[in-house]
Amino acid sequence: MPGTYNPADVLQALPEVFLASVALIVLVLSFAAPARRGWMETLSIGGVVGTGVLLVWAAVPLFQPGGSPVSVFSGSYLVDKFAIFFKVVFLIATLLVILMSIDYLPLVGVPVGEFYAILLFSTVGMMFIASGGNLLTLYIGLETMSISIYILCGFLKRDQKSNEAALKYLLMGAFSSGVILYGISLLYGLTGALGFEEIAATLATIDLSNPALLLAMVMLTAGFGFKIAIVPFHMYLPDVYEGAPTAVTAFLAVASEAAGVAALLRVFLGAMPHIQVDWTVLFWILAALTMTIGNVVAMAQRNIKRMLAYSSIAHIGYVLIGFVAGAKLGISAVLFYVLVYAFMTAGAFAMVILLQTETVKGDLIEDFAGLGQVKPIAAAAMVIFLLSLTGIPPTAGFVGKFYLFSAAISAGYVWLTLIAVINTAISLFYYMRVAMVMYMGEAPEGLALSSSRPLHAAVAFAVLGTLGIGIFPQWFLKIAQASVFGLLP
Amino acid sequence: MAADYAYVLFFLIIGALFVVFNIDILSRLIRPSKPNPTKLSTYECGEDPIGGPWLRIHVRYYLFALVFIIFAVETVFLFPWAIVYRSLGLFAFVEMMIFIVILLIGLAYAWATGALEWV
Repeated sequence: MPGTYNPADVLQALPEVFLASVALIVLVLSFAAPARRGWMETLSIGGVVGTGVLLVWAAVPLFQPGGSPVSVFSGSYLVDKFAIFFKVVFLIATLLVILMSIDYLPLVGVPVGEFYAILLFSTVGMMFIASGGNLLTLYIGLETMSISIYILCGFLKRDQKSNEAALKYLLMGAFSSGVILYGISLLYGLTGALGFEEIAATLATIDLSNPALLLAMVMLTAGFGFKIAIVPFHMYLPDVYEGAPTAVTAFLAVASEAAGVAALLRVFLGAMPHIQVDWTVLFWILAALTMTIGNVVAMAQRNIKRMLAYSSIAHIGYVLIGFVAGAKLGISAVLFYVLVYAFMTAGAFAMVILLQTETVKGDLIEDFAGLGQVKPIAAAAMVIFLLSLTGIPPTAGFVGKFYLFSAAISAGYVWLTLIAVINTAISLFYYMRVAMVMYMGEAPEGLALSSSRPLHAAVAFAVLGTLGIGIFPQWFLKIAQASVFGLLP
Repeated sequence: MAADYAYVLFFLIIGALFVVFNIDILSRLIRPSKPNPTKLSTYECGEDPIGGPWLRIHVRYYLFALVFIIFAVETVFLFPWAIVYRSLGLFAFVEMMIFIVILLIGLAYAWATGALEWV
């Protein structure tokens, strides 16, 4: 019922309301009680966990048989399994990033003050993206997320690269937001609606050969392409990843990419299923380009953050395969891969932070030299993340790729799968080079790791996720498959 | 559907022509032209201008501008809210108070971190 609104609707958005309130309290604490800084980390973790509990509580009726999605605020906010799935991924990512940051921020001299508050605001934005029922809610969520991340990227105020990262990301982000808005306005002009369902319903009745519709589709593809760094819109990404504080890079690589994928799925599957033929062709090409360029350029990197940047570009390429394959199989593979990707990439970045001490910056691949002999447990954790990123059993990365590729094969995209398999072989080279440096390289004098307990917990959690999903994929896959239902008719 | 946009295009063209015709052509024909030094000087609230108008503006104004914009936008929200206040009742009141409290936290933050100090 458009035009009516019910105060009880707020209850459906309780997880976001809760997290935003916690973020505000953290912000107030940051200037009102700066002496009790330890509280902010605890409170942030409590906020994320509490939001997770609220989400699970909201999810219970949905995942029961007969549970149906709820749409509130005149259809602009959806509570379905798809939204809950992505929100859980965002919360896991945020939790890992907070754990990584606790001792990292004082080490690199980041003012702790607002960091956690902004991080939580960004997460709230992501949650709104996942729940967006119309283009504007989605767009506002996207902006809440992005603007917070622009600030986070520049948190190393005295560091030129950090400033460069923030400025580049701001400019590219603002530009891509403009492109998205242009696409939204075209779509609105064509259909007279902003809600995904209404747009899809109108598109079913009008002439689909309208060039403006194609233009809208291309605009949205380009805009979201910037946000999740699809080739050829990826140029800014390595610089941003390299310059941003590593904990923020992890947040960018995991949570922000996942949010971008959520937005892409919502818009293209929710609003434009009728022109799937058109955008499938487009994304076929983009997927092949993204994988290939991401992997090939990653081989040439010496800085591990840049290497992981290109690797994350390549992984977005893999995710797009599932998107191209479509149907329940493909999309559930996308969801599953996003979850897997969150654990393994966050883990790899946590390892970079682990290597950073007061004397060593730890972001070159050489800095990993000799880790295998000196710190065998840490090296083993890194090997697990690298194996998973490559896609070798028994890690989660293998299962994720397996589902993506088999979805593509069963949808008939044999060539795309072939390209992806070749790319996986290419990626083996640069991932295993890190492993080789770790075990064959000579350890420098006094190689030390960060002694941060929360960071160790983050690595352990990521290892647990990577191996757990790899060994027992069934349960997670079942959830991923169930979560697709909220989306497709 | 597309025909509706023809009006917009039509309106844009007429609007552009209207401006160009009035400012550039019509006013040039009918206005008297008697310049003197006072008229040609930069307007600075009636004072005699000191220095050129192409000054560099100090970056510290930026923080004030930001805070100003936030509260300007708050007003934009408050006006329509005040107009329909009676028909919306208590719920709207509570919602707006939450909104204002969030903005106040922002103001308190700006204050506490020294963004309002003229350093």
